[in-house]
Amino acid sequence: MNIDSIQNGVVLDHIQSGKSMDIYKYLHLDQLDCQVAIIKNAKSGRMGKKDIIKIDSPMEVDLDVLGYIDPNITVNIIRDGKRVEKKHLALPEKLVNVIHCKNPRCITMAEPQLDAIFLLNDPEKHTYRCAYCDAEKQRHF
Amino acid sequence: MAKRNLIDITDLTTGEIDELIATAEDIIDSPAKYAHVCDGKQLATLFFEPSTRTRLSFESAMLGLGGQTLGFSAANSSSTAKGETVVDTVHTVSCYADIIAMRHPKEGAPFAAAQRSEVPIINAGDGGHNHPTQTLTDLLTIHREKGKLCDFTIGFCGDLKFGRTVHSLTSALSRETGIHFVFISPEELKLPDYLKENVLNKNGIPFEETASLEAVMPKLDVLYMTRVQKERFFNEADYIRLKDTYVLTPEKLVPAKKDLTILHPLPRVNEISVAVDDDPRAAYFRQVRNGKFIRMALIMKLLDLKA
Repeated sequence: MNIDSIQNGVVLDHIQSGKSMDIYKYLHLDQLDCQVAIIKNAKSGRMGKKDIIKIDSPMEVDLDVLGYIDPNITVNIIRDGKRVEKKHLALPEKLVNVIHCKNPRCITMAEPQLDAIFLLNDPEKHTYRCAYCDAEKQRHF
Repeated sequence: MAKRNLIDITDLTTGEIDELIATAEDIIDSPAKYAHVCDGKQLATLFFEPSTRTRLSFESAMLGLGGQTLGFSAANSSSTAKGETVVDTVHTVSCYADIIAMRHPKEGAPFAAAQRSEVPIINAGDGGHNHPTQTLTDLLTIHREKGKLCDFTIGFCGDLKFGRTVHSLTSALSRETGIHFVFISPEELKLPDYLKENVLNKNGIPFEETASLEAVMPKLDVLYMTRVQKERFFNEADYIRLKDTYVLTPEKLVPAKKDLTILHPLPRVNEISVAVDDDPRAAYFRQVRNGKFIRMALIMKLLDLKA
């Protein structure tokens, strides 16, 4: 199966197989007018199978969201048909309005206009805690 | 000076806590020296949840420093009743006062308020989450009773799940050396996992959990009793089932150490028998008194004022 190369845009590579639609949703790629290719279960020497997303337009990718979903993803910036930058991700230290607290006693449940702020708690266990109430949240992707 | 808040007890370093304790002890010894430190300053007490002790303690502290107070003592007497957010209410009051002490039933409300307040915010209790000025009170009391804040065994008894004073004091004492923690509670009211994981296990601090107060009584140097709080339960049946699990009586204190210190953040319902009040080891009314002095020291620190 052949997917055309892109001239100017972004390629999200090394996505865990089957997770590309989660990323499509969290990055709101449905709102783009440009071509977006989702390649599922591509062969990968390192991962066995992987997903790839190609976005045929320059755009600012929210690296915090992406890092939270899967810190192993690589972000390739393409200009004039060539890769000009390769970004490696990490679990972000702070998440703002990416995930929301489910603790019914938390002020953010009563006043949802507040920014939902989570801080990285344990990088090894991929856990975050609510900056308001300390409730822990496991990364569930 | 950058605005300082006290939202969580760990906002203060152990060195700063030592300074506050030293100031509070000096206030106890020489109150006249501090009687005009806050002349012309105003403290707003915003209590979105009922409280007698903490609010009056803050007000007494400010008056003792020569300052003035304003505020409200229930959410229905504030603009919250009209649907105003806590952030807007506090932001508005921060235009009138020099410092704010706030209590709110929702966890994290003081943290939210501090993001927009123009003056220092003191968390006077946020739901079952934190109560740092009670912790400062507890630390001052332990220091005055034991002469130190290290090398002792402390037992927390009762509602350790929703007991915010337990959470804050555990965090504070975890930064001292040689503290052994004993957590005494029914299964349903055990200490939250995040405290065990993030505060105790992470720092290699020894602790034990038990349902039996009698079994651990002989080893305790400090016993911190708590009330099972009706307002923390969504289900009244659960509250009724658990509220009388532990009642401290003179009989239960027979095997205890002669220099045990008994603390309670108050108010109590029936978890400490009134017959215990005359025992010299009962320090909970001395603890109440200490609350005023440590709050005086805290107000001075956050307003960057000295005697």
